[in-house]
Amino acid sequence: MTNVYITGIGQTPVGEHWRTSLRELAWQAIEPALVEANLHYPDALYVGNMLSGAISGQEHTGALIADYCGFRGVEATTIKAGQASGGVALRQAYLALKSGEIKTAVVVGVEKMTDRAGGELVSAVASGLDADYEAAQGLTLASAAGLLLQRYMFENGLELRDMAGFSVNAHANARNNPNAMFRNQLKAEKFPAAAMVASPVNMFDTAPDADGAAALVLVAADTPPETENGFKPIQITGSAVSTDSVALHDRKEFLTFEAVRRSTEKAMEQANVKHADIDLFELHDSFTVFAALALESAGFAEMGKGWQLAANGDLGIDGAVPICTLGGAKARGNPCGATGIYQALEAVQQLRHTAGGSQVEGAATALIQCVGGTGASVATHVLQA
Amino acid sequence: MQVSRHWRLQQQRYALVGQVCADCEEKIFPPRGVCPNCAKETSTAFEFSGRGKVYSFSTVYTAPAGFEGSAPYTIGLVQLEEGPLVTAQLTDIDNDHVEIGLDVEMVTRKLLQDGDRGVLVYGYKFRPVVPVWETELEDELYALA
Amino acid sequence: MALPAEMTQPKIMKPTRDVGIVGYGAYVPRYRLPAAEVARVWKEGTGGTPIKEKAVPGKDEDTATMAVEAARNAVKRSKISASELRAVWVGSESHPYAVKPTSTIVAEAIGAVPSTMGADWQFACKAGTEAFQASMGFVGSGMADYAMAIGMDTAQGKPGDALEYTAGAGGAAFLVGPAENSLAVIEGSYSFVTDTPDFWRRANKPYPEHGQRFTGEPAYFRHVMGATESLMEALGTQPSDYAHVVFHQPNAKFPMRVGKMLGFAPTQIETGLLVPTIGNTYAGAALIGLSAILDVAKPGDLILMTSFGSGAGSDSFQFRVTDNIETRQKLAPTTQQYIKRRTEIDYSTYTRLRGKLVMK
Repeated sequence: MTNVYITGIGQTPVGEHWRTSLRELAWQAIEPALVEANLHYPDALYVGNMLSGAISGQEHTGALIADYCGFRGVEATTIKAGQASGGVALRQAYLALKSGEIKTAVVVGVEKMTDRAGGELVSAVASGLDADYEAAQGLTLASAAGLLLQRYMFENGLELRDMAGFSVNAHANARNNPNAMFRNQLKAEKFPAAAMVASPVNMFDTAPDADGAAALVLVAADTPPETENGFKPIQITGSAVSTDSVALHDRKEFLTFEAVRRSTEKAMEQANVKHADIDLFELHDSFTVFAALALESAGFAEMGKGWQLAANGDLGIDGAVPICTLGGAKARGNPCGATGIYQALEAVQQLRHTAGGSQVEGAATALIQCVGGTGASVATHVLQA
Repeated sequence: MQVSRHWRLQQQRYALVGQVCADCEEKIFPPRGVCPNCAKETSTAFEFSGRGKVYSFSTVYTAPAGFEGSAPYTIGLVQLEEGPLVTAQLTDIDNDHVEIGLDVEMVTRKLLQDGDRGVLVYGYKFRPVVPVWETELEDELYALA
Repeated sequence: MALPAEMTQPKIMKPTRDVGIVGYGAYVPRYRLPAAEVARVWKEGTGGTPIKEKAVPGKDEDTATMAVEAARNAVKRSKISASELRAVWVGSESHPYAVKPTSTIVAEAIGAVPSTMGADWQFACKAGTEAFQASMGFVGSGMADYAMAIGMDTAQGKPGDALEYTAGAGGAAFLVGPAENSLAVIEGSYSFVTDTPDFWRRANKPYPEHGQRFTGEPAYFRHVMGATESLMEALGTQPSDYAHVVFHQPNAKFPMRVGKMLGFAPTQIETGLLVPTIGNTYAGAALIGLSAILDVAKPGDLILMTSFGSGAGSDSFQFRVTDNIETRQKLAPTTQQYIKRRTEIDYSTYTRLRGKLVMK
């Protein structure tokens, strides 16, 4: 049976790359991945990106990036699924490799955020919501998260400070990630006092928009391929994408990420792993409430209790459920459509045991999951050493 | 400039016209192709009363393009008395007075303007209910009518 | 040469088919700017104020949205379906568009489209009462059974100008239909118009100009007196016959003074005198006064209304309240309920709400 392995990874630091364009960012991530995998010319290129049209005026980025990276002639396409674009692109590459149609693929998640600022950037990100029935009312992604957080706090009798643990953990883990945007410590007591973005979501609750690109080389093989880089190939043993309503008001259960639930179940079943087998969970913490809902809907916490894992310190590197081990979106930075590939790359680092001070001891199985919009597209993968 | 995009939504935006499923009688807003409850494809137009309660809310401080002049403004999820949730701005209320459970009613307000020269877009927002005389009296009269 | 007798006698407007007010509805926005705030900013608090405070629309309000709410209230009171309306007419001097009708927005929003007329009326502060007269003719001739006339404004006042104290926001909608279904029968109307430029706003200018004291005797007083006296003469009424009377109210003094000149007592004027608490609502001013009167009127009450529009003219009306009034009053929020829904703002918030800050 054909398996899919990750044999090379590359990334740019996440941050403000004023001098670097979309295509250059992509190449800066792809080049080291090719070197690691000793590959020059893949069978196909998959680009995960959310906002190149709105921010850079550039669509058709599959061919653009293929050409820039010296892949002229290869099959190339761009996957758009909001902030889940990276994860969904990984899924598409996985399917193509599994099918036997191609043998090697490069998947790059790339986002150039800083070429727009202020209201224009907020509008661009809000284009992943329902334009006619959400964004037309002035809803932003942060205020959509605010609607979720407000209700989450109301139903569970919480105050804002009860959510602080997610951001504190993310910052603590990012200290050991040289590619992270924020490597400073965040004090829990400072959390509730931060400036409001969209109440109750404040600056310390939300992940910072940033530029970044991350790339993977994938290989299809029946057995783990030989590598020249000294690292064992990491196998993708579970892969699933699920969708939910784009608009929050259309949800069946308001505080359930249904696409998280479905895709997690499917990916874990495919990989034949149980919750106890998961050594780390790279979830999509664009907002603290996203992290709480992901933990609950993925089955790591009872409904309404996800926040307790953060409050009790269970999410740290040595905790029961390590999440955002290299900073997550909150502290690594949030290059929207690239997130899924950063997660995969960070999970590979953990499974290779090269995560430095953030290494989860003996990590062998990682769950990664990126969430588009407010949970409308979710890509979940299981990676195993 | 966009004209037709907003024009085609006037029924929904001006009068909260959604659907009622011909099969399971689920009330649906906004309208959609397939009933979210029973997956049947037939429905008829249904005008919602415009009454509801705040289910959740968020006050936007970092606003998108075109909304900066209104910030900070509060967006609510309003649970209509017929069931569906609607995303809409809350108006005629101080941001710090909004709370979950607040009784609200639909009003028609300016949603946005398409730049300096484009069309003005009007649509639903919700505000605290302006009472119609005393409630008992109102109930009596409606019962008689 | 002597004029024929019928041309020297005022002929009042009275349709062949009896018509009346079938429904009515008011709207006043939530915010209030105390006149003392204008005095504080522009006169260091000196010089007195013409009114207590004025109503100010929110950032998301304009003549169209305010007209929609008043019209919905009028439809509720009428108990007819808006689809029976054959005209939706909006009088204002603050239509949101220079070209594109406000009336179609209102007609669409209340569900009166498509089998209806829609037009915007413009005659300074009497645009709404002209639409009212046209509705009378439209229904009275049998061309339609129901027509809607709205007077609504978000009045403009130049910062620091005398008008800034009073230029308010609000108005009312009236659904005109057959007398037998009405809450008040319209017994006659009269218009009195001359070319008197006391107040104007040139094309593409944001604020109006006015002739200062010229707006008084030759403009307001001459036209209000002319219209009211002619109507009363034609209908054979005396001031004491009226339970309530409402005049256009650019400030608190003018309507009280003209009432006294015509022989009315302050008690007849008080109910409809809203300018002290909501300001001058321009095309809405006389009509919202009438709406406040109808909110408390009793069957059999005789009511007189005279508007004034700069440029200049007055429309005078006489109404007789029917037994339907008592049930209809209670079907929508009253004018005073909107007035009591009050949030005071300072001058800086006012400049923000009214878009007076230069943003680019």
